[in-house]
Amino acid sequence: MSITYLEAIRAAQAKALAEDERVFIYGQDVAAFGGAFKATKTLSKEFPGRVIDAPISEDAIAGLAIGAAIEGMRPIVEMQFADFSSIAFNQIVNQAATQYWRTGVSCPLIIRLPSGGTDGSGPFHSQSMESLYSHYPGLIVMTPATVEDAYGMLLEAVAIEDPVIFCEHKFLYYHLKAEGLPDSILPVGKARIARAGRHATVVTCSAMVHESLRAAQELVNDGYEIEVVDLRTAKPIDTDTVLASVARTGRLLCVGEAFPWGGLTAEVVSRVVSEGFHLLDAPPKRLNAKDTPIPYHPNLWRVHRPTSQSIAAALRDLLSL
Amino acid sequence: MAETASQLSDAKLTARQRYLDAFRWMLLARILEEKLARLYRAGMIVGGVYIGRGQEAFSAALGMQLNRQEGDVYAPLIRDQAGRLAFGEAILDATRTYLGSVKGPMRGRDGNIHRGRPKQGLIAMISHLGTAISVANGMLVAKRFRGETQSIGGVCIGDGGTSAGAFHEAVNQAAVEKLPLIIAVADNQFAYSTPRDRQFACKDLVDRAIGYGIEGYSIDGTDLNACLETFAKAAQRARSGHGPQMVVGHLLRLSGHGEHDDASYIAPELKNQQYGGDCLEISTAHILGQEWMDETEMEALKAELQEQVDEAVATAQKEPAPDPFQESWHALATKHLTEGTPGI
Repeated sequence: MSITYLEAIRAAQAKALAEDERVFIYGQDVAAFGGAFKATKTLSKEFPGRVIDAPISEDAIAGLAIGAAIEGMRPIVEMQFADFSSIAFNQIVNQAATQYWRTGVSCPLIIRLPSGGTDGSGPFHSQSMESLYSHYPGLIVMTPATVEDAYGMLLEAVAIEDPVIFCEHKFLYYHLKAEGLPDSILPVGKARIARAGRHATVVTCSAMVHESLRAAQELVNDGYEIEVVDLRTAKPIDTDTVLASVARTGRLLCVGEAFPWGGLTAEVVSRVVSEGFHLLDAPPKRLNAKDTPIPYHPNLWRVHRPTSQSIAAALRDLLSL
Repeated sequence: MAETASQLSDAKLTARQRYLDAFRWMLLARILEEKLARLYRAGMIVGGVYIGRGQEAFSAALGMQLNRQEGDVYAPLIRDQAGRLAFGEAILDATRTYLGSVKGPMRGRDGNIHRGRPKQGLIAMISHLGTAISVANGMLVAKRFRGETQSIGGVCIGDGGTSAGAFHEAVNQAAVEKLPLIIAVADNQFAYSTPRDRQFACKDLVDRAIGYGIEGYSIDGTDLNACLETFAKAAQRARSGHGPQMVVGHLLRLSGHGEHDDASYIAPELKNQQYGGDCLEISTAHILGQEWMDETEMEALKAELQEQVDEAVATAQKEPAPDPFQESWHALATKHLTEGTPGI
């Protein structure tokens, strides 16, 4: 049986609803319509009253989830697009993220963010928000790159006592397939070596894992073995696994789909430089999207974000140093 | 001449007792906040002091309709000391938080009016206006999932806060979900320094209730009886399935935004206009006029409440401040996923 990344997200929600009566789903068009991407398809029929359509009110959607979480429920919020979570940003970073520290009462909720770019989606349906949310204390930020992680990490998120920002990549929704669903996955907070190598390390997450793997494959022809580290969570960052990889390769390229100023790639470089400077044989590099809004036209979009070609070029540059 | 108790009907007796109960919360709040203001001027408060002078009747009347033990939830704002006390918040929670005692509910991690006990139905406000309303909605939705349909919620906002998008989203959401929620809008004529004509253009904020499709009431927020009767009715309507209830109380903020603010922008003549009075003075006069208490009893009550306040202040002052070396510095309940501070 072949299952897509999107179907895995739906399956994880179905399992959570079936096994945990505290779980409910709240978001725009999630009930009878099944969600803009069909991530909640038929769930409202299978779990009557527990998959609830919300008005176009991202702030209040997040706020309701926070209140329900405080009261012991396990809300799963679907933001129709990650980009729209900017409206809920205040509730997420100031209300949900501060709740446990301020009051001692935990706030276990999940905000699902359909993230990242696809052909023709433009400036407001393509954003990657993981760095923004990771900046704030009190949140866990997941960025699954595989079908197995999309499923397993979403279930882990339901079990976690804290607010989880679940960045699921729209580009992977239909493309990425697995033969089945896992019984278990690596623990949350542990990075994964997606490909072992010895000449350079690429640290990345989400859809960029796959672009990086393609780049690594391309560099095989040049005689290079590239290690690809899939962070799996943007927060916490598994610095130990990253440092161990850099210790093996001596070279680091961080790849991210988000905008270039600051963010996850800068954080990883900063940690490696301050904690593992002696491991580096060359200055570490970063590759991100361009510092413009995300373009609409596919010709522009494909150049705006990192791709296997631009990652391969950056790696060749890094390996020449 | 006042009627004696034996001549009163039960209903009147209940109404009188309710009035006196409310008055007690109002007076306690006033005494507590005046004490906090004096401590602020003496430099003994950590951070600012925000008081509800002039809003005690409106605030207490909502707090009294909510029952913590029955699972009701309450989201007070910065001028709701009276409502908090009526809801059952201990005086010590206020003094400990204001004075920075580590024993307070916020343990030095947050201060002044940003305090609460969410597991006891008391939402700990953040500074962003309107945002607690959807949180209250969520708590009520959770209770509905569990079949606890007897619970209601009460949320507080000012005239300025009604301009926030979060307010609109949340009230509309409560209306869509038909939640048993009372929205108390204290129209105190100023949002910090901004007068109401720079805040909204409708005649009376209660007009918004029509737009949301909810029931609304517009009352004199300085009239304790009007406040008590209206919130009692709103609570009864909310409890019996009539959805959100918006109560707009017209009054005047009789203080600065905080104690750092002399409020020189508020024209003194506003106090002589309609809704400009002090609800505590008005209700004191009413009680004395009705001969429900005499001057001696009134003074004795003040002294009793002053003693409670002084004791709560003294207790908090004796307690330790938070110790940065004892602080866990964990923002997550899931301790093993805490990042710590890289590089340190």
